[in-house]
Amino acid sequence: MESSLLSLTIFFPFLFGIPLLFFHREKTSLSKFYALAISLLVFAMAVSMLLKFDPSQGVQFQHVALEAWLGEETDVKYIVGLDGFSVLLFAFSALVFPLVILGTWTSVQKNVNEHLFFLLMLETCILGIFSALDLFLYYIFWEAMLIPMYFLIGIWGGANRAFAATKFFVYMLTVSLIMLVGIIYIGIRGAVLNGGLFTTDYQKLLMLDLPFSIQAILFWLFAISFLAKAPLFPFHTWLPEVYAESPASAVVTGVLLKMATYALIRFNVGLFPQASAYFSTLIVVLSIISIIYGAAIAFAQTEMRRVLAYSSISHLGFLTLGIFAFTEEAMQGAILQMVNHGLSTGLLFMLIGFLYERRQSDRLADYGGLKKVMPLGAMFFMIAMLSSVGLPGLNGFIGEFLILIGAFKSPILQNGTYAVLGAIGVILSVVYMLPMFQKIFLGELTSDANRHISDLNVREGAVAIVFVILIVWIGIAPSPFLQLSEKSTASMIEKVQQNSSLTSK
Amino acid sequence: MALHDLFLALPIVFATLWAVLLLIFEATAKRAKLTFSLTTIGFLALLAMTLIMNEQGYAFGEMLRISPYAQFANFIFVLSGLLVVTLSQSYLVKENIHFGEYYIIVFIATLGMMLMACAANMVVLFIGLEIMSIALYVLAGVMRKDLRANEAAMKYFLLGAFSSGFFLYGISLIYGATGEMTLFKIGIYLQENGATPLFWVGLSLVMVGFFFKISAVPFHQWTPDVYEGSPTPSTALMSTASKAAAFTALITVVLNVSSQTDNNANWKFALSTVAVLTMVVGNIAALSQENLKRMLAFSSIAHAGYMLVGVVAANDAGYAAVLYYALVYSLMNIGAFGVVGLLEQHRAFTNASDYAGLFKEKPLLAGVMALFMLSLTGVPPFAGFVGKYKLFAAAVESGLSWLAVVGVLASAVSAYYYLRVVIFMFMREPQTETHFDGIALSSTLVWIAFFVFMLGIFPTGMLRFSGEAIKFALNL
Repeated sequence: MESSLLSLTIFFPFLFGIPLLFFHREKTSLSKFYALAISLLVFAMAVSMLLKFDPSQGVQFQHVALEAWLGEETDVKYIVGLDGFSVLLFAFSALVFPLVILGTWTSVQKNVNEHLFFLLMLETCILGIFSALDLFLYYIFWEAMLIPMYFLIGIWGGANRAFAATKFFVYMLTVSLIMLVGIIYIGIRGAVLNGGLFTTDYQKLLMLDLPFSIQAILFWLFAISFLAKAPLFPFHTWLPEVYAESPASAVVTGVLLKMATYALIRFNVGLFPQASAYFSTLIVVLSIISIIYGAAIAFAQTEMRRVLAYSSISHLGFLTLGIFAFTEEAMQGAILQMVNHGLSTGLLFMLIGFLYERRQSDRLADYGGLKKVMPLGAMFFMIAMLSSVGLPGLNGFIGEFLILIGAFKSPILQNGTYAVLGAIGVILSVVYMLPMFQKIFLGELTSDANRHISDLNVREGAVAIVFVILIVWIGIAPSPFLQLSEKSTASMIEKVQQNSSLTSK
Repeated sequence: MALHDLFLALPIVFATLWAVLLLIFEATAKRAKLTFSLTTIGFLALLAMTLIMNEQGYAFGEMLRISPYAQFANFIFVLSGLLVVTLSQSYLVKENIHFGEYYIIVFIATLGMMLMACAANMVVLFIGLEIMSIALYVLAGVMRKDLRANEAAMKYFLLGAFSSGFFLYGISLIYGATGEMTLFKIGIYLQENGATPLFWVGLSLVMVGFFFKISAVPFHQWTPDVYEGSPTPSTALMSTASKAAAFTALITVVLNVSSQTDNNANWKFALSTVAVLTMVVGNIAALSQENLKRMLAFSSIAHAGYMLVGVVAANDAGYAAVLYYALVYSLMNIGAFGVVGLLEQHRAFTNASDYAGLFKEKPLLAGVMALFMLSLTGVPPFAGFVGKYKLFAAAVESGLSWLAVVGVLASAVSAYYYLRVVIFMFMREPQTETHFDGIALSSTLVWIAFFVFMLGIFPTGMLRFSGEAIKFALNL
């Protein structure tokens, strides 16, 4: 019974989203409430699993079905479960969707039913990504996710939406197909563990001891996909355009959910520890470039979403820095920071969405002095921004601090310079964030169009409050969140450190 | 044992008799609608036979070889024929070419394909190939008064006849080299005596004949013109079932000469070159096509390339993957051509840009078409993905990872042109208000879409069938 709760949670949104396509096309408030109810129900199920989760155990809520999915000669099956790495992100994803549905309640005007359907389909894919324990199953969720994303961007996006949607789709498809070759290859290699049977079972493959040369190839076949999705310099070129053209719903979910960095820990580090240790310096250097480059470009942007897009690149650099420093602090910091960055940048994107709905403009120059007409909005923006730049007492500080500490004393990097350079990135984030706040909210009301902007309404305020509560909660009491991933992290770090000594010998 | 022979070959015997009866009926009654119903009944009966019959063995003195392998292939052909016939009627009425003969010819083409899959003898193989091809030439030119259709039929006929010549010459050389016509005896002879240059020339010529039928590069030039000029439902048949038939026969031939081709570097090199060229040229040429029928023509070239990857892999997994892919490819391509045929009006409205705003006017039709496009791209959770996965997995398994990489990159390119259709349907405003009126989504298309989806999520059963079938491709 317990086991099928996870599968039920995963497929609930999609299955119950299908009826939305047959709802009344004009009177849409019913479909909105219906979708909200579904997503809240899913969240309730996810929370019940989070509460039952025992951090001292390994994989829980495991559910196996469809044995020998692709025929008898291959061991590919449907297997899902949650462990310390995924449980928090899983529950967090389930929280995101009701917030997004509520936050974009009025911003979508055309084809509301389909919009909600694709959002719920996206939820199923994302919950699947965080719980799949078979590489093939993971790949299916990972790529199926492109379909709702593609339609969300392409139908409800900005003026140049078709181009952005296609660019996103083709970019992601290409890199994932490269990963598919990697999955096939590791599956064939995994046959030695499995009585000669091709296997993509993650837990079995964890025992696989691959020679370094093969690990190195596989590492990159997987990493290119995840680094492009994250995105890390130099694979970041799709992101600003896609974020600028996407509807608020797609951007917020995109920012909130750190599927790629999660996958880096789960697959790259988990399956190829030796190669991960070997390439850690390279990835960390790319991370540092991302942190500083993203911050510098963000400073020069004139549109709000582009500022945040480049700031995301910068923040993502911290995550990969944290993962590839290979200390417990840094990796736990990275996992927590995945949620943190989602909260802060997600709230910022949400607020920008509210602004866009009122003013139909993304350009910083069109705003100014908004604090006078929307004090509530300004306050929330301020909190999100301070969380984003890592003010102590808010959540961003905890994650960044842990990552930098971990990177500083990392035995694998053996060099404190990276941490110092990363710290410069924290300072730079203040440099581009504060001027943005200043340009939007401070000063005089220069434009007449801005005089009649209304403040956040109750619905928007409620969404923002949920974000703020979590931002402050994690900032003040991070330990319950950190505990969830403690054991999983410790065992993975140990594995990497053992393997790294193999390479250096 | 003549009676047993008849029983073994029951589907083929039945199909032949039914085709003759249909011809007589149509000649006397001239009722196209009734012929349509009778053809459908014939297809349904055949479908039932392929599903129920489980017999195996040689029939008619080692001329036919009935096995689960042939049954699986026949299932693909009959299903395709059935779907094409049901999708044809509204199109033929719309284009004023509603002749009863059309359905009979589709039926006869299917008979030819079944003969190809069951052939145990090179001559029978050739007869099957010709029955299928000649029927398809007629189908291409069924719009007699249309210039483009005449061009298509003429081109198809001349080049097809030319390639048949190659094929036949190849058979005669193989006979000269081995002294055998029966496939398994050729195999035995080769195992005992090895291959002579004469045999290699013969085999190459036979392969050229196959390459022409599956439109592999560089024997593909006829494809876009013929596909564009032919009536859309018959294009659907040409691009799917006839390719599937050529692939099943190709696999039978290759398996029987495998003592020479396995571990033969030249053979591997030649075949993988053709596969790579086919995937790359097909996908790149499709990028710039405005007309959807031409676009699907080039994409069908690319799909033949993917299936060739399975043949190059030359293991059971690879051949089984080709069978599975032939099935899902037939489904999704017939679906795509079905939508194109539905929207086509006297050769107009076949461009991607004519589909602008379809989602707004006919959301379900647009959704079904999008599903076919995504499945052809190879995006999970649709059947096209599982098929491609099996093909590329077989290539990696037999040490051809580079070929798999070329394949996945080529299919990434294909995303661009398939998605263009989706862009127009979903992301552009309708240009004219009226031209989608009166178009009703047929239930056949919904069923195809449903199967494409279900075969993507629950492929297990069908994969097992194809895997079982392939075990009988060589040994009974």
